[in-house]
Amino acid sequence: MAEIPHLLVHEHADNVGVVVVEGLTAGTDMLVCVTHDNSTFRLTAGADVPIGHKIALKDFKDGDTAIKYGEDIGKIIADIPKGGHVHTHNCKTKRW
Amino acid sequence: MPFDFKNMTVQGYRRENGRVGVRNHVIILPVDDISNAACEAVANNVKGTLALPHAYGRLQFGADLDLHFRTMIGTGANPNVAAVVVIGIEPGWTKRIADGIRETGKPVAEFSIEQKGDFETIRQASWAAKEFVHLATEYQREECSLNELWISTKCGESDTTTGLGSCPTVGNMYDKLLPEGITGFFGETSEITGAEHICQKRAINEEVGERWYKMWKAYQDDVIFAHQTDDLSDSQPTKGNIEGGLTTIEEKALGNLEKIGRTSQYIDILDAAEAPQSGNGLYFMDSSSAAAECVTLMAAGGAVIHTFPTGQGNVVGNPIVPVIKITANPRTVRTMGEHVDLDVSGILRREQTIDEAGDALIEMIRRTANGRYTAAEALGHREFSMTKLYRSA
Repeated sequence: MAEIPHLLVHEHADNVGVVVVEGLTAGTDMLVCVTHDNSTFRLTAGADVPIGHKIALKDFKDGDTAIKYGEDIGKIIADIPKGGHVHTHNCKTKRW
Repeated sequence: MPFDFKNMTVQGYRRENGRVGVRNHVIILPVDDISNAACEAVANNVKGTLALPHAYGRLQFGADLDLHFRTMIGTGANPNVAAVVVIGIEPGWTKRIADGIRETGKPVAEFSIEQKGDFETIRQASWAAKEFVHLATEYQREECSLNELWISTKCGESDTTTGLGSCPTVGNMYDKLLPEGITGFFGETSEITGAEHICQKRAINEEVGERWYKMWKAYQDDVIFAHQTDDLSDSQPTKGNIEGGLTTIEEKALGNLEKIGRTSQYIDILDAAEAPQSGNGLYFMDSSSAAAECVTLMAAGGAVIHTFPTGQGNVVGNPIVPVIKITANPRTVRTMGEHVDLDVSGILRREQTIDEAGDALIEMIRRTANGRYTAAEALGHREFSMTKLYRSA
């Protein structure tokens, strides 16, 4: 891959991806790579998001489910726009 | 030329019971907390020995005492240990631990402090320790098959890069080496929460899977639900995990389970610090997810090399087992490089495949087995942490 991806997504079923570069700023035209088959697409970052943190691949509504690895990783507890930062402030475990 | 891991050999220490070790430690093992000082004094007197101080060993009972004995005996019995001096406050439990280690056939000497005091105990134990150092330093490494190694894994200070890079690297290693005949350990019972439906299916058969699920459920009920005061949102995931971008235990668990690869199946379940009895293959050990505790338990189960994926940069080591640190996080490589044995950040840049990273880990295992110090060994990380199940009597 000539260009280094900004965001990695495990599976096509996922609705969140992981920032894999340092210093990502809002407005960046991100190269997104789905590691399952190395297919790519582009997405605009909606916020400054640190390396390792997640970005929404779609518009979320309060009550939606976050999907990563093709699996349920928790409940969305606030509306999040596509490209927005997904973390503990807007996503919670369904366990414990 | 494809990477040939099938006929790989290492230079190891063949022990009396046939097991292969990759280090040659003479350890001074305290039975209990109050014997730490005598053990440390002996280790100070006799160079080439290593004291393993710890916090427990008095007035424990029941399953908690059984775990204490298993951990002590398993640590002494580990093939990375050439010989053991055991020191306890009284002769009863001291003998029990010494006799347990003696079953391996390795040299063991035991001393108890009551009716002698520290001075006389240290004098006698130092003579024994010195003889063991002379003996052990004449042991020679010999050619052993890589598949004779027992290799454990547990990840720590995980973040989202561990599930993308370093954990799948370990998984790829297991997918390649388990069919060659190595024995593997994974565990971290609480940290499978959210991926338990997947983990249960990775058992060799339904019976083992059902036993696994019962064990996992018991941990939820007896440990988590019995003691929780909140949603564990600062403990599991940890603060470090959250800093690294992991949001929920489900997300953490799915990344964790990448360590058993795509095809590996576990053949049995081990209690904490229990040695495998069902032959070569992968085992799940019912264990804490805290790094030092988990590595200590797996070492007591007999693992001679530990593979440790980290994201944010856990610095843990173990006194008797080399801990190989693997990270895919480029920030951790940049800011904590002295702790990293294998940099697989190329996976995130899509410059390195999981298959290539797995080969690189196997090569690092081979070099480590041959004697290369890990970062944790070079930096003196010797965390020896006993797991305690409940309050003492």
